[in-house]
Amino acid sequence: MNPIHAHKDKLSPNGLIACPTCDALHKETDVPIGMAAKCVRCGHTLLRPRKSAMTQILMLAATAFVLMCAGIFFPFLELQAGGRITRSSVFDAVLAFSDGVMLPVAILLGALIIVVPLVRFMALIYVFAPMSLGHYPARYAPQAFRLAERLSPWSMAEIFIVGVGVALIKVTGLATVLIGPAFWAFCGLVVVTVLKDTFMCKLTVWKTLENRRLS
Amino acid sequence: MENTGKPASVLTARAAGLVGCTRCGRVHDQGVAFCLRCGSALQSRDTLALQKVWAWWWAGLIAYIPANIYPMLRMTQFGRPHESSIMGGVIDLAQHGDLWVAFVVFFASIIIPIGKFIAIAYLAWSVKKGIRTRDVGRLHMYEIVEFIGRWSMIDVFVVAILTALLQMDFIVTVSPGIAAFSFTVSVVCTMISAQSFDPRTIWDTEKETPRV
Ligand SMILES: [Zn+2]
Ligand SMILES: [Zn+2]
Repeated sequence: MNPIHAHKDKLSPNGLIACPTCDALHKETDVPIGMAAKCVRCGHTLLRPRKSAMTQILMLAATAFVLMCAGIFFPFLELQAGGRITRSSVFDAVLAFSDGVMLPVAILLGALIIVVPLVRFMALIYVFAPMSLGHYPARYAPQAFRLAERLSPWSMAEIFIVGVGVALIKVTGLATVLIGPAFWAFCGLVVVTVLKDTFMCKLTVWKTLENRRLS
Repeated sequence: MENTGKPASVLTARAAGLVGCTRCGRVHDQGVAFCLRCGSALQSRDTLALQKVWAWWWAGLIAYIPANIYPMLRMTQFGRPHESSIMGGVIDLAQHGDLWVAFVVFFASIIIPIGKFIAIAYLAWSVKKGIRTRDVGRLHMYEIVEFIGRWSMIDVFVVAILTALLQMDFIVTVSPGIAAFSFTVSVVCTMISAQSFDPRTIWDTEKETPRV
């Protein structure tokens, strides 16, 4: 991607890209599939188109959605001590804070671990399914993709899984701990999320959404 | 006007009298309110950014103090209550011999938050002063702060999981302490503080005024 140095005349905004992190202007060029265009000033990746990225993102988002549902409803840890067994699901962990002054924390945890990831995956499926299966994006695709982008720092399923790991080590001396299916669902979710983030180039998605818009 | 070295000679959208979208990179003429491609609100620079950064920074810092003083978790074993703060939990883990886990918790709940307060304050201060050294270094600092800040939530999740697992009918019961509440508030405030920062201002100087 070529940077723009001098400005004698008033520039036309068409055919330009501004780096989202440092505002440097670049002439928009076609980037070959598999290559990456980086900002000359800050090194931020501007465009990194991939072959059949739409379908891959759709598959990964759908997988993540299914894993997330499994992760919520199955128990993720089972504790055995003195002939007693307790099973805990993700809901139980959220409800741990549900009394009194801690209620806002319970609501927030529920949002971070369950609601936000689920909404994000649904928004991504809504954006990518019509484009991958057909051609044109759905009517509110830009709004949905913007929502998914905004929610991404608040989606904390992968942090939760590390927390489960730490908690496991803390209780090993007290009781026998069995790992439930939801634990593995959450682990799978972490892998899928990482893959999805590497496949997805935001600027390419936005450009495609604009080019294929029903007019 | 810009002639010091290669990186500085790059023209920015603001210097060209244009506005770039921070979400999708599309460039617009100045005065366009919403991005034509993605619909985000357009602003050449968020003029209130630093005020927002500092407001959330102070809120996060104030909430971080009780988070360290009050107990994070209340454990009752054989009827004997035992309260542990964030640092107490780390020491307990280390004494059990789980040095690695103690290190993870220590890093997530003490090093990350403190490092984050310092990093955000430094970024906001350097932008205010118009300091133009180590631009890319400061950007990397910002990116690390944004990426790593969320991981401070680990300790709150651990408390939630322990409470859910160790219920009434066990020898050991656990309930969350007030610090879990203030620590969560602190993490959320600092995340919003970091998100309010406009990384484009790292490259701005006082002299560089918009052409329009
Ligand atoms: Zn850049
Ligand atoms: Zn945009």
